[in-house]
Amino acid sequence: MSVTPGLGGLGASEWIAQEVGGAPEPVRRRRRGRPRLWRVTIFALAAIFFIGPLLAAFKYSLLERSGSYGFANYGQIISNPAVRTSLLKSLEIAGAASIIVIVLMLPTVVWVRLRQPKLTPTLELVTLLPIVIPPVVMAAGLEELQLNAPQWMVSLVFNHPLTALTPFYVVLAMPFCYRAIDTGVRAIDLHTLVDASRNLGASWFRTLLHVVLPNVQTAVLGAMFLTVALCLGEVVIASLMLYNTFPVELVALNLNSQLGVSVAMSMITLAFTFLLLFTLSFLAQRRHGRTTARAL
Amino acid sequence: MIRFEGVERHFGAVAALAGLDLEIGKGELIALLGPSGCGKTTALRILGGFDRPDAGSVYVNDIDITDVPPNKRDMGMVFQAYSLFPNMDVRTNVAFGLRMRRRDKGSRRRRADELLELVGLTETADRYPYQLSGGQQQRVAIARALAIEPTVLLLDEPLSALDAQVRVQLRGEIRRIQQRLGITTLFVTHDQSEALSIADRVGVMRSGSLEQLDTPENVYRRPATAFVAAFVGAMNRLPGRIGDQGEVQVLGQRLRVLNPDGQKSGSEVDALLRPEAVEVVSDPAGPGEVTDRIFLGSVVRLEVRLDTGQKVLVESPSHDGGIALGDRIRMRILADSVTVAEPAPSATPVEPPTPATL
Repeated sequence: MSVTPGLGGLGASEWIAQEVGGAPEPVRRRRRGRPRLWRVTIFALAAIFFIGPLLAAFKYSLLERSGSYGFANYGQIISNPAVRTSLLKSLEIAGAASIIVIVLMLPTVVWVRLRQPKLTPTLELVTLLPIVIPPVVMAAGLEELQLNAPQWMVSLVFNHPLTALTPFYVVLAMPFCYRAIDTGVRAIDLHTLVDASRNLGASWFRTLLHVVLPNVQTAVLGAMFLTVALCLGEVVIASLMLYNTFPVELVALNLNSQLGVSVAMSMITLAFTFLLLFTLSFLAQRRHGRTTARAL
Repeated sequence: MIRFEGVERHFGAVAALAGLDLEIGKGELIALLGPSGCGKTTALRILGGFDRPDAGSVYVNDIDITDVPPNKRDMGMVFQAYSLFPNMDVRTNVAFGLRMRRRDKGSRRRRADELLELVGLTETADRYPYQLSGGQQQRVAIARALAIEPTVLLLDEPLSALDAQVRVQLRGEIRRIQQRLGITTLFVTHDQSEALSIADRVGVMRSGSLEQLDTPENVYRRPATAFVAAFVGAMNRLPGRIGDQGEVQVLGQRLRVLNPDGQKSGSEVDALLRPEAVEVVSDPAGPGEVTDRIFLGSVVRLEVRLDTGQKVLVESPSHDGGIALGDRIRMRILADSVTVAEPAPSATPVEPPTPATL
C-alpha cells in the first residue's frame, strides 16, 4: 500500500533489466523519477476520490441540530434502543453466518481438490449463482415460502431473524468465501500435508483442524470478514422479509430524516469493516513473511 | 512380513500395477527402482493406504490390511518434500503422530527430542520448517516418521529434492538409522546409485511389475533381463555368437554366459557388458577409434567407434590416462562372464555383427 521510495521508484521493466543483465547505473537514475511521479499522482487522485466523500460524511455526522459540531449523533446511536438491538441482531447473524459458511466451505474445497478435482469448474459455477441471481428474486421466492410455510416452520425458522436470515447470508457469502478459501488451499501443498497427517494417525477431522485450518488461516479469516461485512450491509432481503437488522434500521433512520444519526451509523459500519480488513492484511503480511522464507 | 499379492491398480487404460507380487522380510530394506510411471510410487502408496488396489491384497504379518485406512496402519512415511507442517515448529512436527495417539505432553516432548538427537538436529527443535535447509527438513521428516515407532518405514524418493552432496550423506544416515532400529523399510527411487548403495534387495520395476528382485550386486552384475541391464547402470550391447560349448564369442574373446538357458549354439546374441568391464589399450593398428572422452573425476568415460560401426562405452580409471580423443585403440573384455540378450537392432545403429573379424 505504502509508496516506499526504493521499491516505488523501480518499475517492473527495470527490475527485469536488473535481473537479466544488471542495467548500468545511469539508466536507472534517468528512469527513476518519472514512474514515482506518476504513482504519487495517481495515488493522490484515488485518495481524494475515495477519502473526500468519507471526510464529508464524517463531517456531516458531527453536525448537530444546533449547527455546532459534536458527537451527539453518535451518542444517539448508543442511547437509541432500536439501533442497539438491531446492531446486536446483525452481529449475531454475521457471527453465525461466517462460522457456518466456513464449516461448509472448507471441507468441501479440500474434498474437491483432493478427491474430485474434475468437479472444480462445477463448484466454481455453483458458487457464482448467488451473484448471478439478484437478491430481489431470492427475497421474492423466500416470501412465497414464508406465506405458504407450515406453522412449525414459521415458529422454527421465520420467527427469529437469526434462523431466518442466516441461511440466506450463508448462500450470499458463498461466492466470496469459496474464492478466498480456494486461493488459500491452492497456496499450500495440500496433498502432501494431508497424506502426512493421515499417515501419522490423524483422522480426517483432526487433519482439517490441526493441519489444513492453521495453514489456510488467513484465507479463512478473509472469508469470515467478508461474510461479516456482507451481513452488516445487506438490506434487500432483510427489509423485504420485514426484519429489523442493522442496515434496515439505518435506512429507516434515513427516511425519518434523522440523517445525521444515519450517517454516523454508516461511519461506524465503515470503520468496523476497515478494522476487519486491516486486521486481515496485517495477519496476511505476517504469514506471507513466513511462506516466502520457506520457499527460499 | 509384508506381502503384496497380485496387486493391480489401473488409472484409466494405464496399468500402474499389473499384478505385483512382492515379499519384504522383517528388518529388510527393499528399494523399488524404475523409470517414472513404472508403478513404484503406486506400490508404496498402496502399502501406505493412500491408494486402493483394484485387485489383489496387501498383508502385514499375515493380516490383510488392504481396506485399513492410512491413519490406522502404523506406518511412518517420508515424502519427497514439503511435508512438514508449516504452522508447527520442528519439535511439534516430530511429536504430531504421538499427539494424534493422545500421548501426554511430557512423553511426547521426550520422544521428539530423542529422535531429533538421532537425526542430529537437537538444536533446531524450536525452529520452523521454513528456517531449515532442504536436507534438515528431510531429517525432521524422518524423525517424525520414526517417532510413532512404526511397523514399516515408507520412503517416497526422500532425497530427490536435495543436492548431490547432501543426498549421498543423508542416504548413508538413513541406512545407518534403519539398521540400528531394524525397521522394515520400503524405499522408492528412480536413482540407481541410491538404490544400489542403500538396499538389502533391489526390485527393478517396469510397467507395473517386478523385473528382478535381488541383492544390489546381483542386480548389477547379473541382470535378469535386458531391461534391468540397461536401466541399472550404463550397458553396452555387443554383438556375439553362441559357441559350441554354450559360451559366447564377443570381440574375439570367449565368455561364460550367465543366462545359458534357451541359447542355441550358433545363434546371434547381444552380450551385455558394463563400461568398466572393457579395457582399452592405445594401439595405432587397433580396430577402433576414440570418438568422445569425458573426464568424470575418478574415471574417464570414452566412447569408442569400432571399424565395424559398433559404438562401445568404456570407463577406465582416470589415473591410467594416456588415451586422447582420436586415438586408435584395441579393446579387451575384463569380465569372464556376461548376460546375453536377443539382438536389439533399435538400441544403437549397429552394422551386421561380424565378431570373427576381430
